[in-house]
Amino acid sequence: MKLREIAHSRTGDKGNTSNISVIAYDARHYPALLAQVTSARVKAHFADVVRGEVMRYELPNIAALNFVMDQTLGGGVTRSLALDAHGKSLSSALLDLEIDIASDEDRRQPQSS
Amino acid sequence: MRTIRIGSGAGYSGDRIEPAVELADKGDIQYLVFECLGERTVALAQQARLKDPDGGFDPLLEARMRAVLPTCAAKGIKIVTNMGAANPWAAARKTAEIARSLGLPKLKVAAVIGDDVFDVCKDRDLPLIEINGTIKTLGNRIVSANAYLGAEPIAQALRVGADIVITGRASDPALFLAPMIDAFGWRMDDWAMLGRGTVAGHLLECAGQITGGYFADPGYKDVEGLARLGFPIGEVSEDGSLVVTKVAGSGGAVTARTCKEQLLYEVHDPTKYLQPDVVADFSQVMVDEIAPDRVRIAGGRGTARPETLKVSVGYVDSYIGEGQISYAGPGAVARGKLALEIVRERLQLTGVRTSELRFDLIGVDSLHGERLSQGHDPYEVRVRVTGRTESLTEAVRIGNEVETLYTNGPAGGGGAFKSARDVVAVASVLLPRELAAPSVRFVEA
Repeated sequence: MKLREIAHSRTGDKGNTSNISVIAYDARHYPALLAQVTSARVKAHFADVVRGEVMRYELPNIAALNFVMDQTLGGGVTRSLALDAHGKSLSSALLDLEIDIASDEDRRQPQSS
Repeated sequence: MRTIRIGSGAGYSGDRIEPAVELADKGDIQYLVFECLGERTVALAQQARLKDPDGGFDPLLEARMRAVLPTCAAKGIKIVTNMGAANPWAAARKTAEIARSLGLPKLKVAAVIGDDVFDVCKDRDLPLIEINGTIKTLGNRIVSANAYLGAEPIAQALRVGADIVITGRASDPALFLAPMIDAFGWRMDDWAMLGRGTVAGHLLECAGQITGGYFADPGYKDVEGLARLGFPIGEVSEDGSLVVTKVAGSGGAVTARTCKEQLLYEVHDPTKYLQPDVVADFSQVMVDEIAPDRVRIAGGRGTARPETLKVSVGYVDSYIGEGQISYAGPGAVARGKLALEIVRERLQLTGVRTSELRFDLIGVDSLHGERLSQGHDPYEVRVRVTGRTESLTEAVRIGNEVETLYTNGPAGGGGAFKSARDVVAVASVLLPRELAAPSVRFVEA
């Protein structure tokens, strides 16, 4: 299934660095995020976009990961040639990652907020 | 335990105004904070100030103040804002003038000055963080240098009776931390409290982004009433704990999910959120829904403040030229690609000098590049060509080469658009904090 089924996400920007949070809808899926949404996988997913390193920070209390991606915003938000200079649309692209969840019972439709 | 309610009336300079009016009218708040200063805004405002010594503050200052001052004055709600941009003193005088014109001459208006560290910085070899070189190597391309000030001067202004405090560059969370310091008397070395207060300020500073804005994803994360989104209220207690809520009946939602997304927004290492007043630690924060549209936040921490202040340096970077044109119907993508190839060749043939060029098909691959953009051909596409140049004249030529596709390019091109602009970019340096000297100045009634 897609990461979008079990997690939500928001992108932020500072200078030429983008950060993307990945937050499990249900804390039960946090171990799957930890195991499968690695820095290496995120860097590979954004191979056309990220020129620098990808760091991952873990926040178990809120079942979330935070990815910090260097050299991602076209030389910096204030000088980028990109249509989306802030990289705000990157979170949606990350939610397109494929995730393996063991059983159908573990799948849980996200509820509206 | 004492509690204050702080409303967040703007998340950026162009933000909606009615939600702030709603907070003042119905939010039962004691403080209303407007965060309106983006990374680059001070540099652009500094250019405006050079043209007009009484200008250089937020263009919506007057509209916002006129909208909220009568209610805030009647209820004793104090206002804190960074709408001073490059000229907080002129913004304070303007605000006092607006207050008088509204029949509210008793309001005390204070400006926090001293964030402008241009003179201190310009000859120092401070290394730039985002780009190569030092501040000195930028030479006469520097437009502005502003230090992110902390909460102390704002809190001091509130303590001596300011009704309205207007800053230039200040850390965004500090605009919220200052009212807490004012209300609870926290010491400036009480790192635990300053850390908790910074978590609260960080959550509130983007206004609608914690009440359901920048969040909705139909079928996954549905949010009601985004056209009349309510802005957040932070109920902060003297132990630094926080409940995030909003005006009953306003649009949007405050949920654990909206709070978690905002907690990590623009955060790098969550254990080290560097602020002028404290290094805050978000890593142990807990988020609990305690009632509809009421979320409790606990677990923020803090350690001693950094020895340096972050300084935003605005500089003239380059020029950008741009052109766009649309194609639709069968073969739209093929004609769009042909258009891009034609412009690429034209820019070479006619010798346009660029240091960087970008060719996008909006609707196909403009946001994330070719690899992530596979799928079916869309009904319509928009060609976009942008390039970086060293002069405006060169930048203009890029859009021209897109526009001439009308009569020289593929069939059926429509809606051409072109632009050329100068780019004032922003980089950062770290300044020893003793080199900045913030102070507070009141407008005499």
